[in-house]
Amino acid sequence: MSTSSPPSRRFSLPLRARLAATVGGAAGRASRLAGRGDGSVIGGVIGLRLKPDLLSLLARGRQVVLVTGTNGKTTTTRLVTAALGTLGQQIASNAFGANMEAGLVAALAKAPDATLAVLEVDEKFMPAMLEATSARVVVLLNLSRDQMDRAAEIWMLARRWRAALAAAPGCRVIANADDPLVAWAAGQARQVTWVAAGQRWHDDSWCCPNCGSHLRRDGEDWYCGECPNRRPPVRWVLAGDEVIDPTGRSRPLDLALPGRANRANAVIALAVAGVFGVGTVQAMGAVKQVRSVAGRYTQVERHGCALRLLLAKNPAGWLEALDILVPPPVPVLLAVNARVPDGRDTSWLWDVDYRRLRGRPVFVTGERRLDLAVRLEADEVAFRLAGGVDEAVNLARSTSMEVIANYTAFQQIRAALGRVG
Amino acid sequence: MKGDGEVGGALEASGRQSYRSRGPSAVRLVWVYPDLLSTYGDRGNLLVLARRARLRGFPVEIAEVNSDQRVPVDGDIYLLGGGEDLPQILAARRLAAGGGLAAAAGRGAVVFAVCAGYQIIGTEFGGAEGEPVPGLGLLDMRSGRGVRRGVGEITADVDPALGVERLTGFENHQGVTHLGPGAKPLAFVVTGVGNGDGTEGAYSGRVVGTYLHGPALVRNPGLADLLLGWVVGTLPPIDPWQEDLVLKLRADRLAAHGAPG
Repeated sequence: MSTSSPPSRRFSLPLRARLAATVGGAAGRASRLAGRGDGSVIGGVIGLRLKPDLLSLLARGRQVVLVTGTNGKTTTTRLVTAALGTLGQQIASNAFGANMEAGLVAALAKAPDATLAVLEVDEKFMPAMLEATSARVVVLLNLSRDQMDRAAEIWMLARRWRAALAAAPGCRVIANADDPLVAWAAGQARQVTWVAAGQRWHDDSWCCPNCGSHLRRDGEDWYCGECPNRRPPVRWVLAGDEVIDPTGRSRPLDLALPGRANRANAVIALAVAGVFGVGTVQAMGAVKQVRSVAGRYTQVERHGCALRLLLAKNPAGWLEALDILVPPPVPVLLAVNARVPDGRDTSWLWDVDYRRLRGRPVFVTGERRLDLAVRLEADEVAFRLAGGVDEAVNLARSTSMEVIANYTAFQQIRAALGRVG
Repeated sequence: MKGDGEVGGALEASGRQSYRSRGPSAVRLVWVYPDLLSTYGDRGNLLVLARRARLRGFPVEIAEVNSDQRVPVDGDIYLLGGGEDLPQILAARRLAAGGGLAAAAGRGAVVFAVCAGYQIIGTEFGGAEGEPVPGLGLLDMRSGRGVRRGVGEITADVDPALGVERLTGFENHQGVTHLGPGAKPLAFVVTGVGNGDGTEGAYSGRVVGTYLHGPALVRNPGLADLLLGWVVGTLPPIDPWQEDLVLKLRADRLAAHGAPG
């Protein structure tokens, strides 16, 4: 793939594709003007209807990075974009999480002159999007249970990833070696950079994805007692608050974003930057600056109370979110919905261990607050029900509060607070 | 495995296999193969049984037994959860080889199995390509693969002989289950799919299976009490304030899915 491109790539597209991209772009602008979403999907939908292979055409001649996994896609996409931004080239990116085909099309159509593209991709669509974009790099973050009423089962997903990556020898895979499902999925790829990015959530990888035996774990290491499957040797390491690069040099990460999961995302972003010749120090300078991603981690003032908004969509995400809460007695507001984008099934609440919320003020809201209330009761966590974020702020009488919400509950809270961040 | 303490988080779950203490009056709960069969919050059934026993003053002992460990034969209630095709087949194979669960059921222990676990305790179920895989045969029923996936809320009226109120839960499976003469339907579908022929789940003696997945006992405290009652006899009532939220949740879900009766 070439890094040089004509002055404007737009004119290298066939006429019909150009028309499709233009009509799609206009629809996206109209959608934003009409106040219906951020316009990142509708344009892509219309463009694809006019020209079904539009994504391949738009990706042609660009160096594409695909970022996928259950958690951290949007943040990592943002961090990779920041790191590659130091190259001084324009970058196409679906920065607001529209991660299916139409969202990718819209992102590329919006930036016709960008020779680089950093695109987050829904886990299920990664194989198809890899084929369509002939991606230069694929990032595999992690794989765990998520919205299982509509998502594929994760062992099956790992199998599809494995086949897709085996069939793409020109692609470099940046993969988390600490997640056995991810390691197995990348196991037949031709070029892999393994990153020790850690794994807090083990409940989907007690067994070997290759043969099904109970996996042995020894500190960070994991291996199968029955077959040769084991943790691959790593090039990049997240060690506490520091990153160790392939030369063995250790540096503090010092991120503006909170939490272990974001440090893991940052190390992966540094590994991606390395593929494009961006040095660790240069990339770190850019990655450190990122403070909030699509409204997440934002601080918002409400009636004298500083709220920090955290998004958590599944058990692994809740585990990481509970990890980064500031200590008691700062109150915590939890909000849960079960609309289609959240998953209609609230069973996953029982996979989250809430016991560490004992002994601090907890408020519960969202459309499925009763499900969450019963869950907390079983973990002997005291809480109060609240009709919404304002009621919780009033009840809490605190100068600050931590908020953890799942997808549509998070959007509702952002809307109630005036779409901040 | 733990004594009468807390129900462990996931990280504490592995590697404990014998009861620390054994009070004569304790209810012994055995969670079978959480490493293979735990997909949809299956821990909920363990937590609900433990809570409802303790609220009545019964101590609880909990064993979480992974697939590389031996299933103890002296438990009171055995729980099996849901899982994908491959883990389900592995679990069935290991349970058959180990023999502990069948021995426990043979001496009258309670077995409560959901979703993939439900299929495992039958005589046969469908594998990854739909091929028949032998089950444990604790219930006279066999399962195969249906044409499409049943995903959504399910409500079902329980066999009146069991004296349990209408079931409410969530199902997500492609299984079709046929009961033999040795098993009775647990319930009859009001909304949802269940076994595929209008019946839902199955039971025989103290072995119960259902397609309500994951934390099936959470919204069905009557079913939880049926299982506990089989172990300890007559159950004292629970303070109403301790049940208030569960009953509200139950009513809310039943009303939302068109089955308020």
